[in-house]
Amino acid sequence: MSGTLAARRRIRPGSIAALLGMLVVTALVLLPIAIIVLTAFKPNAEVNAYPPTLAPTNWTLDNLGRIVTELPFGRLAINSVIFAGGVTLFALVFDSLAAYALARIDFRGRKVLLIAIIASLMIPFQATLIPVYQLVAELGWINTFAGLIAPRAADAFGIFLLRQFFLALPLDLDNAARIDGASEFRIFRSIVLPNAVPALMTLGVFTFVNNWNDLLWPLVFTNQAEMGTITSGLTLLTGPGGIIPYGVMMAGSLIAVLPLVVGFLFVQRRFIDNIATTGLK
Amino acid sequence: MTATPARAYRPPAPLGGRRGSAAGRRRSLTALAFLAPALVILGAFVAWPMISAFRLSFTDASGFGAEEFVGLDNYVRVFTDPDIRDAVLNTLWYTVLFTPTAVISALLLALVLNSPNLPFRGFFRTALFLPFIVSLAVGAFAWSYLLDPRLGLLNYWLQGLGVQLGDVLEDPSLAMPAVALVAVWKNFGFYMVIFLAGLQDIPASLYEAAKVDGAGPLRRFANITVPLLSNTFAFVLTFALIASFQAFDQIYVMTGGGPYGHTQTIVMEIYESGFRKLELGFASALSYVLLIGTLLLSLVQFVFFGRREEDLT
Repeated sequence: MSGTLAARRRIRPGSIAALLGMLVVTALVLLPIAIIVLTAFKPNAEVNAYPPTLAPTNWTLDNLGRIVTELPFGRLAINSVIFAGGVTLFALVFDSLAAYALARIDFRGRKVLLIAIIASLMIPFQATLIPVYQLVAELGWINTFAGLIAPRAADAFGIFLLRQFFLALPLDLDNAARIDGASEFRIFRSIVLPNAVPALMTLGVFTFVNNWNDLLWPLVFTNQAEMGTITSGLTLLTGPGGIIPYGVMMAGSLIAVLPLVVGFLFVQRRFIDNIATTGLK
Repeated sequence: MTATPARAYRPPAPLGGRRGSAAGRRRSLTALAFLAPALVILGAFVAWPMISAFRLSFTDASGFGAEEFVGLDNYVRVFTDPDIRDAVLNTLWYTVLFTPTAVISALLLALVLNSPNLPFRGFFRTALFLPFIVSLAVGAFAWSYLLDPRLGLLNYWLQGLGVQLGDVLEDPSLAMPAVALVAVWKNFGFYMVIFLAGLQDIPASLYEAAKVDGAGPLRRFANITVPLLSNTFAFVLTFALIASFQAFDQIYVMTGGGPYGHTQTIVMEIYESGFRKLELGFASALSYVLLIGTLLLSLVQFVFFGRREEDLT
């Protein structure tokens, strides 16, 4: 007992140093997020003043007012929700159905299919972007939600992740239900899915966040400003011809990240724990 | 995201008849019904485009008019065009800047966070993970502002410390480190959480036993943590390498490939040649080079670390 106490005492100075170090690192990591939030409420005069400051002295809503006139922001927000939400919903349904078959049904060709899906995990979407664009264009889906959502309505990563998770669920319940004459779909819906909530939640959050944040995808599949997402819309304001005050830019950025950050803070503990337990490592 | 190679795979105990029987056929049909939606999507938007891109890469397709077969011309151009060579070199430079920084900082922070003596661990974990849910584009806006030569707070603070960065994003030697830094900022928290999960999988009893045997903290780290974390390390490393091959978003926002093409990457080239200049055939050839690079990397990971995993378990 005295040994562990001594050991604990010996570690103390080290852990204070570690704590201080972590505080500095965390402050630096949070600086860009802080600058978005604080600059969004900073009057233009203060943004342009030298030397620069972190927080505004006079808080203002001007930037937030101006961003909604510079861009059809309400529309972009709705687009982002439909795009990211639609992809997430479809992918969760289609991925879990496919994962169930791969994990729980013994059928001819299962191994080959599984290998094909694992192999396709390694294909970066940028590599097939041009033919996917051509296909979407031929279907007449440029500037439509169908074009934004359909190509991502299922994905190999989600199927693989869920299959791994389903494999780890005990088979006893399935088999008992099967003996009672339950259909495979019934087993999927009433036994496997309810037990796979952590994996579904992890995959859902990932899919939603990735699509909400994606820039290249909406840039490619939409060319009208009012069909873009918040993320792609914001980039219209930068670059050549799009010079805009930092305050307005940060106000737009704040609107883009706020829903994700708030949502994340609600689920963060479980979400991060789930990354550890759902085989995402 | 290639997850760890599957644990020993055990198919569920088959119920009912064998595969060839009537029950077996019914099961195959059921499986097909479950698989159909995903297979249609993956077939149309992954498998077919793979074939299509391969075919396109041997043509002069432009999106208008008839496309002609041009043999290996596009590939010859990929390997001889000085702009493409620069984009490949830039991508490799970006990889060198991004990958070790992101992976090592993630590992170090995970090791600190894993120490039971550190207070507020939950807070640090959440705070450090937060940038991962911010888009690269938005992160790029914030960093552009922080690094602005006149209005940027970070630039100003660094001047106070005697570091004169000047106009980072217009500086040919600093622009690439800056865009790589944004990606490190966004991604290290995710890698850190994966490392933390790996660390927490190591049984505490191993450390206890080593302690009893008189092994110091460094020995315990070298002989327990390092070998048992090597799979997680390999996964994170591969993941970071693949991500760095695909650098686009923050570069598009912060530098547009400049100054003078110094941050032009492979995906920037694909986007520009494919969607701005409409050289679809050439962009497809470039895409295939990216694809093959990525596949080779995955293969190396699989061959080297796949075997390692078997040794350990």
